[in-house]
Parts: sequence; C-alpha cells; structure tokens
Amino acid sequence: MTRVLALLCAAIAFALPLSLLAGRVWIDPFDPQTHNAALILFELRLPRAVLALVVGAGLGAAGAAMQGYLRNPLADPGLFGIAPGAALGAVLSFWTGWAATGWALPLFALIGAAGAMALLALIAGRSGGIALFTLAGLMIASLAGALMSLAISLSPTPFAMSEIVVWLMGAVADRSWREVWIAAPLTAAGIAVLITAGRSLDALTLGDMAARSLGVDPRRLQALLILGIGLTVGAGVAVAGIIGFVGLIVPHLIRPLTDRRPSSIIVPSALAGALLLLLADVLCRVLPVAGGELRLGIALSLIGAPFFLALLLRMRRGLA
Amino acid sequence: MTLYAQNLSLAGRLDAVTAELRPGEVTAICGPNGAGKSSLLSSLAGLLAPTSGSVLLGGAPLADMPAQNRARAIGYLPQVPELAWDVTVETLVSLGRLPWRDAPAPETQRAIDQALAALDLADLRRRPVSKLSGGERARALMARVLATQPRWLLADEPLANLDLAHGAALARHFRRCAGEGAGVVLVLHDLATAMNHADRVLVLSSGRLVADGPPAQALAETVIEEVWRVRARWLGEQGAHALAIG
Repeated sequence: MTRVLALLCAAIAFALPLSLLAGRVWIDPFDPQTHNAALILFELRLPRAVLALVVGAGLGAAGAAMQGYLRNPLADPGLFGIAPGAALGAVLSFWTGWAATGWALPLFALIGAAGAMALLALIAGRSGGIALFTLAGLMIASLAGALMSLAISLSPTPFAMSEIVVWLMGAVADRSWREVWIAAPLTAAGIAVLITAGRSLDALTLGDMAARSLGVDPRRLQALLILGIGLTVGAGVAVAGIIGFVGLIVPHLIRPLTDRRPSSIIVPSALAGALLLLLADVLCRVLPVAGGELRLGIALSLIGAPFFLALLLRMRRGLA
Repeated sequence: MTLYAQNLSLAGRLDAVTAELRPGEVTAICGPNGAGKSSLLSSLAGLLAPTSGSVLLGGAPLADMPAQNRARAIGYLPQVPELAWDVTVETLVSLGRLPWRDAPAPETQRAIDQALAALDLADLRRRPVSKLSGGERARALMARVLATQPRWLLADEPLANLDLAHGAALARHFRRCAGEGAGVVLVLHDLATAMNHADRVLVLSSGRLVADGPPAQALAETVIEEVWRVRARWLGEQGAHALAIG
C-alpha cells in the first residue's frame, strides 16, 4: 500500500514537469530562448496541469468511494446525478449570459451540484437504503440531462448553443489559476470527507446488515458520501465540464494493487486519477486534430468505453 | 448481562415474543420456514426496529445504545452473508475489528489470530476469498464475527455450509465461548444440532414463541408434530441425538 502511494507520487512528480514542455509550442528546457516560455509555462500550462491533477484526484477518489458504497465495480460517480446537476448549473450560466463574467460559471455549476445533493438527500436520506439512493441519483441525472437539452434547444443565440455544447465535452484547456483556486480547496475537502467514510465503506463489504451490526450508521455514511462526492465531482465539473470514466477506470486499476478494502483504494485512486487526467490532457495537446485540440472529455470517453466493455466481457467470463 | 426480548412485535413477522437470554448459555432459535427466526435474531442484534416492545441489553434499551458500543457487545452473522470484494481471509476477518478501531495494533492482531485459529483458518489467511470452498468461506465469515470478541454471539445458520468435522468444531467453539461467559444465540434449521448442542431452545411458529426450555422439552416429539406437522422420533442418547421422520 505504501509502495503503491510512493510509486504514484513519484510518477506524478516525474510526469508533471515533463507535461509542461509538451504542447503546440514545444519548450526545450535546455534552450532558454524559446519565445514567451515563462508566460506559456506559468500562466497557461502550469495552471492547466495543476487543474488536471486536482480534477483527476477528485474524480478518482469519488469513483473509489462510489464503488465501495454501491459494492459494484461498475459504479461511476456520475450515477448520483451530481455531475449532471453541476453541468445544468453551468449550462444555465451560458444560457443567461452570466458565464462571460469571471466567477459566474463555476459558481452556477457549484449551485447546480449543491441542488442535486440536496435533492438526493431529500429523496433518499431518510431511510439510508442504497437502492432508493441509486434510483434517486439516476432520476436526478436524467432530469438534469433533460433540462440541459431543453436549455440547449432553447438557446438564445447559436453562439451560446455552441459554447454550451463545447463546454459540456469537458476540458482543462484555457483555464487559469482562478479555476485552480476554486477547485483545489473544495476537492481537498471532498477527498478528506471520503477518507472519513472509508471505515464504514469497509464494513459495507459485508453487506448492509453486517455493516450495521459493526456499528455503521447508514444515514451518516450516506450524508458523508453525498458531501464528499458533491464536493469532488461538483468542483470538477464546475471548472472542467463533464469528464467521464476516470472515476470508473481508476479504482479498477488500483484495486488489485491493494488489499481491496474500499478504504485502501480512496487515496491511491485520487493519485492515479490525477496522473491519468494529466497524461490524457498532454495527449490531447499533442495529438494533431484538425481545428484545434482533442477535448479531454472526448479523449477519456474514447479510452474509457472500450475499457468498460473489456471489463464487462471479463465479468461475463467470470460468471459463465 | 442478559439480552431480553420484551414483548417484541414486528409487523407480520413477530408477535409479542418475550424471552430473557442469559450469558453462558447456547440458545437455539428453531421453527419452520417463515416462523420469524431470522427476524427475531436481527431484532436481538438491534438491526430491526420492532413495531412494539423492545430489546434490553443489561436492562438498557438496545435502541438507545451508541452504535459502536452495541457493535462491540453483539456480534452478528447474517443468514446470507455477502462479500463485495475479493479480499484475503485475514482482511475479511480484520473487518470484525472495526468496532474496536481505537484498540492498539497488537491487541487487534491477537484477536484476528485467535479467530483464525479457532476456525482452523491460519493456513488460509493470505488466500483470496474467491479461492475458498463454500465451507472455508463460511468459516472465514464466522471468524470475522469472532474477531470482534463480543459478549453476545448471534449467528443465523452458522453450521449450514460446514462439513461434519468443521461443524462439530464450530459447535465446540460456541460451547467454549459460552463457557467463558459469552451469550451464544444461533438460528438452527437442523433440530438434531439444536438438540445436541444447545442449552435452551426457543421454538417459533408464525411469529409466536410456542416453546421455550431445555432442548428435550422444547423439541419434544409432540412439539415437533404440532409446529412442523411431521411425526418424528428422537433416536440416540444425550449429545448424540438423531431425528427419525415418519
């Protein structure tokens, strides 16, 4: 476990400086004459890389906690409807024109995430039952999705419509330190909350009844999950749009390297999620795509969907 | 410290069950399918809120007890144990220490080692649960409950998947726990096991407690005929009874 953490930290420490050099303008560290190198590094690439690390860490940790909570390796933090809730908030900020003013977009998204969390807690919070909770999450996700489509179809201008569609694809390109300052503290707080839930998630390995017999309070656990996933995923969507599959893939890759208890997976998944998003973002910058760069959300879906399929096939073999 | 079911009712499942369970005894709960055995056990473990009546542990209502204290006092093995992740036997057993999360590490390790040894699992401790046989898995799940070292051991059909030798060994272990002052409450389907290993038997029928006493009395042939609606005859002698049906 400590070895896994050390390895992931080393990989991030190695990948972060290298990632700064790659992009449309390649920076040669041994040639200090590159035009605008300092500006590109500190105002464009560093905040972008740090943001990828922050968002990736949040999604990784949220995925690990989510899979632990639902006791299902195919669970994804998107299931709770918090990501679509945040996205709906962001879409409304475009729709109303507020997105143009600095802090409004992430603020709207965070309000959307908080709204989804509150709705989730309201519908499912009383019983603490997992099935009702999941269904409530799916309902919220589909409601937010429908409202987003409505907002897109009723866009006041074609320009707003295209902005919404592009933003929804998820990216950390063209972000500044402002987004980092918004996302980092919220994500850190969210991961801390999820770590607190770790022991209860371990107990849940034995099922609902056995977990309760071990002293787990299902309502407290549910509240911690809503808060932790709300903070990590809400902050991630607020600054980077919807980025799927990280929360699904990462815990999977990490699980075999640990003792497989949910609590052992949360922190390594945060680190691995950070690393994955950083690398995927470099890939997006480097790959030649007509008309600009590949969107991070699309790139991860392109990697994630075959991964998900492979996982399903392996599970099917296991069942057969 | 007694565990007392006081006029316990649970909509459609239990009907005014009153029984005072004593530490140092092995109590078996028997009854036909759907009689309310598992419901009674979960209620005694504080996991089902009764519609009326209450469960008292040492005179205090279980429902008002902090969850961690209750978890330390009462270990519970569900009838259909689940296991979401393919952990090793030792990690599984270590989950039983969750209520004692503040205990010093050597104490925790000692409890885990004792639980593994009690169920003959020491050699399998590093094996993933997916590589265990059904019986080994059942023992590992029971060892998880033992690792908590609770004053009350509540287990729903703990012997169901075990072979003769391991079943007898676990029954001996329950007897040893009772000898050391723990209370043991087992839901048992097999009446001969209850007859041979319990000090006291509660017989449930349609949610009502219809017999309560030493096995020979609570599981008398007349009771079996009335509750299970089969004619049965006890064979054998003290500690080695078998039930002949028909």
